[in-house]
Amino acid sequence: MSAFQDTMIITQRQLRLLTRVPEVLIFSTIQPIMFVLLFRYVFGGSIDSGQPGGYVQLLMPGIFVQTVAFTLAGTAAGLAEDMKKGLIDRFRSLPISQSALVLGRTLGDSLLNIVVLAAMGITGLLVGWRPSGGLLNTVLGFLFLLGFGYALSWVGIFVGLSAKDARVVQNVSFLVTFPLTFLSNAFAPTTGMPRALQYFAEWNPVSTMVAACRELFGLENQFGATAGSFPSENPLITSILYMFLIMAIFIPLSVRKYKRVSH
Amino acid sequence: MKSVIAEDLVKTYDKGNVKALDHLSLDVEEGTVLSVLGPNGAGKTTTVRILTTLLRPDSGRASVAGIDVIKHPEKVREIIGLSGQYAAVDEILTGYDNLVMFGQLYHLGKKQSILRAEELLERFSLTEAAKRPIKTYSGGMRRRLDLAASLIVKPKVLFLDEPTTGLDPRGRQEMWGVIQELVKGGVTLLLTTQYLEEADQLADEIAVIDNGKVIARGTSDVLKKEVGGERLEVVVESQHVAKTREIVEKVSGHSASVDEGLRLVASPVSTGSAALFEVLKALDAAGIHALDVGLKRPSLDDVFLSLTGHVAEVKVAEDLETPAGSKRKKEKTR
Repeated sequence: MSAFQDTMIITQRQLRLLTRVPEVLIFSTIQPIMFVLLFRYVFGGSIDSGQPGGYVQLLMPGIFVQTVAFTLAGTAAGLAEDMKKGLIDRFRSLPISQSALVLGRTLGDSLLNIVVLAAMGITGLLVGWRPSGGLLNTVLGFLFLLGFGYALSWVGIFVGLSAKDARVVQNVSFLVTFPLTFLSNAFAPTTGMPRALQYFAEWNPVSTMVAACRELFGLENQFGATAGSFPSENPLITSILYMFLIMAIFIPLSVRKYKRVSH
Repeated sequence: MKSVIAEDLVKTYDKGNVKALDHLSLDVEEGTVLSVLGPNGAGKTTTVRILTTLLRPDSGRASVAGIDVIKHPEKVREIIGLSGQYAAVDEILTGYDNLVMFGQLYHLGKKQSILRAEELLERFSLTEAAKRPIKTYSGGMRRRLDLAASLIVKPKVLFLDEPTTGLDPRGRQEMWGVIQELVKGGVTLLLTTQYLEEADQLADEIAVIDNGKVIARGTSDVLKKEVGGERLEVVVESQHVAKTREIVEKVSGHSASVDEGLRLVASPVSTGSAALFEVLKALDAAGIHALDVGLKRPSLDDVFLSLTGHVAEVKVAEDLETPAGSKRKKEKTR
């Protein structure tokens, strides 16, 4: 089981980095909390949610998904940094399981997500968010979010290993995640978008994730389930399929890339 | 027995357009130090990366302690240590954290890893800095910690890739001391450097590489001999330079070079001290007083120049003296 131990040691390193640079943890938490407050009080008044309890009920799942989607950038940037400093070469010259470094990093980033989601959840509760799907479903919703973040961190691994420069990584990750999270039902109804974008938004994994979470948190309005497409009718199943699809593509790609990096 | 063998290594980058290694072969005898000497871009780092399993050659064979590097990289990783410009430690973690983590990754177990970390920190005079993040370390301390990390499991073969590049003269001296200690302990070491002085100081044998090939190899003495014999140098008062030149040329039988500014007359000689004596006698007879006189053996700089046709890298000390110099250094290593 040395592959497992190696992975745990790398995960420990990730966590230790958080204790050494607490700013990372603080800012990864403050940013989503800021989003919750801004959206809640800036848009909350003007967007008609048709929802008892108001916009914040719809908003919270949207921001949860957006936040875990941004995991991608963190994973990618951290890895690119390790590459730049030559740390990857050190790890690769050690007699350890070749996948331990990337595996450990994805696990470490998921643990960070737990903390961030908890902080956001509490903030949400303070500003009026009331999940009403029952305890089990609520827990399931959070597990879903963690799973989605984990799948995306593998995309981050791939981006991080592919990039030549850590700053490029930030930009690329931003370019991928920002449109994805906004061309969705996360913050506003998709029905107001041009027709072509509506299709995109409905098939967008972010939308299906948001819709799935809304379902699990006990909401009806999906913010854009108008077209009657498969993903908007079955957001839970579609989301699970997406997660497995992302991992099925990016885990082998990343491991392969890691083994051959700089070859 | 040969601890490291590289045969006919070829490595190209950029779809074959850049030839990093061009049928490079070298070997290191067990318990000795080989210095791979060459300018930037000669193929030093590529060679080390192949031997340490980080890079796969396009063709050729390589083995470390009898284990094939290409076929069994995971076994090679168990017996080597790697340190240098491109193998690093975690800057945010402390020196202690780094060593314990690497110890655990070498499967030493937590307790053993801690003991080993403390031992190595002590040995490399880093105990006081142990609980500080690496990013607060000086260049020399970083390199020492990096070296310590590569010694955790007492490797059979140690690879040091430009261990002193970018260090100031003091850091370099300290690093040399540490490496010399290791060598006394009998480690097999392959060391790359662009500094001739470093190769001269640390290595049993030197392989000079340029453009991905070994162009000369031998002990520092052998290499110096290959370049030619000794040089006779005389410094006189400026009004005597012309006459001195005549005398030196007559004795040596070669044309002499003159540096007017230094008032230095120099010429290759084959008869060594006999020539020196003869020149002094002739000068005396002509009433010329020699301010300085001597026989110089060729430096490794001369070796490099005569082998490659171009000058080796400028020395570290000069490079780091000015801020512009250290900036240039950074750009180069990138």
